[in-house]
Amino acid sequence: MNGLIGHGALLISVAVIVLGIGAGVMAGRLRTQDWINAVYSAVYTNFVLVTIATGAMVVALVTHDFSVSYVAQVGSRATPLFYTIISLWSALEGSILFWGWVLSLYAVVVVWANRRRAGALVPWSATALLGVSLFFAILLIGPANPFHLVYPVPTDGPGPNPLLQNHILMAVHPPLLYLGYVGMTVPFAFAVGAMLSGEIGSNDWIKLTHRWTLLSWGFLSAAIIAGMWWSYEVLGWGGYWAWDPVENASFMPWLTATAFLHSAIMQERRGMLRLWNVNLVVGTFVLTILGTFLTRSGIISSVHAFTTGTIGYFFLAFIALVLVASLGLVAGNSDRLGSVGHLDSAASRETVFLLNNLFLTVFMFTVLVGTLFPLVAEAIRGVKVSVGEPFFNRMSLPVVIVLVFLMGVGPALPWGRASRDELRRKLVPPAAGAALLLAIALAAGMRNAYALAVVALAGYSIVANAREIVIGMQARHEARGEAWGVALLRLASGNRRRFGGYLAHIGVFAVAIGIAASSSMRSDREATLKPGESITVAGRTLRLKSVWGREETQRSVVGATLEFVENGRVAGIIEPRMNFYPASQQPVPTPAVRSSLLGDVYVNLQAFRPDGSNVTVKVIYEPLVPWIWAGGLIVVLGAITSILPQRVRVTREADARQPATGARGALAGLHANVEAT
Amino acid sequence: MTPKRKWAIAGTAAIIAVFGWMLYGGLDKNVVFFLTPKELLAKGTKGYDVPVRLGGQVRPGSVKWNDQTLELRFALTDGSSEVAVHSKGTPPQMFRDGMGVVLEGRYGRDSVFDATSLMVKHSNEYRAPKAGEKPQEMYRTLIKGSGS
Repeated sequence: MNGLIGHGALLISVAVIVLGIGAGVMAGRLRTQDWINAVYSAVYTNFVLVTIATGAMVVALVTHDFSVSYVAQVGSRATPLFYTIISLWSALEGSILFWGWVLSLYAVVVVWANRRRAGALVPWSATALLGVSLFFAILLIGPANPFHLVYPVPTDGPGPNPLLQNHILMAVHPPLLYLGYVGMTVPFAFAVGAMLSGEIGSNDWIKLTHRWTLLSWGFLSAAIIAGMWWSYEVLGWGGYWAWDPVENASFMPWLTATAFLHSAIMQERRGMLRLWNVNLVVGTFVLTILGTFLTRSGIISSVHAFTTGTIGYFFLAFIALVLVASLGLVAGNSDRLGSVGHLDSAASRETVFLLNNLFLTVFMFTVLVGTLFPLVAEAIRGVKVSVGEPFFNRMSLPVVIVLVFLMGVGPALPWGRASRDELRRKLVPPAAGAALLLAIALAAGMRNAYALAVVALAGYSIVANAREIVIGMQARHEARGEAWGVALLRLASGNRRRFGGYLAHIGVFAVAIGIAASSSMRSDREATLKPGESITVAGRTLRLKSVWGREETQRSVVGATLEFVENGRVAGIIEPRMNFYPASQQPVPTPAVRSSLLGDVYVNLQAFRPDGSNVTVKVIYEPLVPWIWAGGLIVVLGAITSILPQRVRVTREADARQPATGARGALAGLHANVEAT
Repeated sequence: MTPKRKWAIAGTAAIIAVFGWMLYGGLDKNVVFFLTPKELLAKGTKGYDVPVRLGGQVRPGSVKWNDQTLELRFALTDGSSEVAVHSKGTPPQMFRDGMGVVLEGRYGRDSVFDATSLMVKHSNEYRAPKAGEKPQEMYRTLIKGSGS
C-alpha cells in the first residue's frame, strides 16, 4: 500500500512537472499572470506530491513494511525507531527521494518568497527549478525507484549500514548536506532565470542570488564540519579529514560558492565580474551534481558509495545537458555580461577579492584534479591508481596560507583606492597579532613551518577583522555616546551582511588554527593493557579498570573502562567501545573522547581478549580539536547574521552610519561603503 | 589595453603557471598504484620500496596477532599469488579469514609487505553471517563473564 501511494505520487509528480515546464515557457514568453500562476501552482503541487511520497516511505520504514524494496534493503525490526526514521537517507534510493523532497521544498520557498516580484525572472527561475526536479523525479521512477514491490514479503531486513546507525550525528550531517547541496540549485535557477528573462544585466538578480547562496553556503559549511565531526567520533582513527573523494565532493562546491559570495559583492558595488559570477553559479551547481555522481554511481569506493546499476549514466547525461544549456545561455547573453566598472588601484579591496577568487578557484581545481585523476588514469591507461593525501596537503597548504592572509587584508582595505598612509595604518598593527600567536605556538612546541605560518597569519587576520568591528563600535560610541555593548549590537544589525562576514572569517581562523595544531602536534601511543596497568600519552595517564560486555537490542557491545590518573587520584573515566551488529562482518568502533578547550584525549579500543584478560587501546592526544567545531559554529552564526533581514531604521541608523564631522572624518571615509545591503 | 591590465593578466598567468607546474609535479610523485599480489610480484625489483595499494583476500588460517608487540602478520592472496604482510597497530578484531582488504604500504626487500594502513573492503549490501560464521563467539564469553 505504501509502495503504491509513493510510486503513484511520484508518477503524478512527473506529469505535473512536465506541464509546469510547459507553462513556464509560455509564462516566460507571454508574461501573462495566468501562465505565471500555472507555473507556481505546479511548483506547489509538486511539493505536495513529493511530500506524500516521502511520507509514505517514512511510514513504510516505521511500520516495517518489507513489501517496499527500500525498506527490505535498509529496514530491520531490531533497529531503534530513531535510526529507522533516519535510514531514509542511508542508501541510494532513499537519499535520492530525500534529495527530491528538499529540492521541491526549496522551490516552494523560493516561489512563495518572490511571488509578487515583477518581471519574468521568478517564473523562469521556477521553471529551471522544475527542470532540475524533473531529472530527480525521473531517477525516482526509473533507476533509483525506492518503491519496488517485493514478493514474497520478507519478515525482517538487515538494517541500515552499521556505520550509519552508530552515532547521533547521522541525523544531523546528511540533512544539512542535502540542504546545502540541493540549495545550490537555487542560485543556478536564478542565473538561468536571469539569462532567459534578459535581467542578467541588472543588479537585482545578483542580490537575490547572493542571499540564497549564503543560505545554502551556511548549510554546506555546517554539513562539512558535522561530517568531519562524525568521522572523528565514529571511525576511530582520530582524524577528521582524509581527502576522501566524498569529502572532496562536498568541499569543491563550497570553495566556488565562497568565491561567489565575494565576487557577487564586486558586481553589486562595482559592476564587475558579471560573466565570472554566472560561471561560478553554474560551476557550483555542476560540482554538486558531479559530487553526487562520484558518490552515488559507485565509481569511487568509499563509505558513502552505494553500489548501483545505470544511475551513473543518468548523472553524466544530466551534467552534459546542464553544461551545454548554460554555455548556450551565456553565449546568448554575452552582450549583457560585460563589465561596467574597473579597478581603480591595486591597493584596494577589489584586488583582494579578485585574488581571493583566483586562489579559491585554483584550490577547487587542485581538488578536482586529484579527485578525478584516478578515473582518468583508469579510463585512458587502464591502470588503477589513487592520489594520496600528500598530494592534497602539499598543494593546498600554500593556498590556505595565502587565503588566511587575504582574509585579513581584504576587510582592512577600502573600496576604490587606499592611500599610502591608510595602508600603513590598516595593515601594520595586525602584525602584533601574528607575533603574539607565533610566540604562543612556538612556546607550546609547534615546529612545523606550515602550521606556524597558518597560526601566525590567522593571528594577523583575527586582529584585522576584530579591528574593523572595534573601529565601527568606536565610531558609534563617539558619535552617539552609545555604550559599547549597544554599539556592537547596533553595528551588527546596521549592516548584517558585513558584520556576518567578519564573524564567518573569525570562525574560519579558529578552524584553521585547530587544524594546524591538531595535525602538527598530535601524539599517540598504542598498548595492550591488563586491568590495573597504565598508559601515558602527552603527560596524561590512563589506567585500565575493567573490560565488559553488554547486549543491546540491535547490537552487542564490548567496552573498556579507563580511569584518568592525576597525581595518584582518579580524575574521571573514559569508555571506548566496540559494537557488533548482527548483519555486519566487522565490528564498528565507538572511540571515546574527553575534550577540553586546549585539546582532546581520544581513546579507541583496538582489540581485546575474549576472556577479558587484556585489551589493546590506542590513545591519541590532539591539541585544539574542539576549536574546529567551535569555529564551524561561528562560521554558521556569521552566515545566519548575514541572512537575517536587514531592519530598516532609516533615520537614526543612516546618519549614525556616516558620521561626518571632526575627528571622525577619517572613519566616515572607511564606513562610507557601509551601505544597507 | 592599459599597462596595468597587462600586469594583472601577466600576474594571473604566472600564478596559474606555477600552480600547473606544482600540480604536475605533485601528481607525478603522489600517484599510488593499486595492485594485486600477482601484479606486485610481476614487477620484480621495481616493486620494492615504492608506496602501493595492495588489494586481495586474507588467506584463511594465516592471521597471527601478537598482542604484546601489537604486530599483525598474515598472507594476502589474489587466488594465484600470495604476499606476506606485516603491520603494526592494526585492530585484529576487524579481521575475518577470507575477507577483502586494501593495504597501503611498501613491499620490502625482505619480501614482506609493510602495511601502514589497512582498509576493510566494505561490501555495501550487508549480509547476515553464513552458517558456520559466528562473529558473536568472540564476545559472547566476555558478556557472560562480566555478568552484565
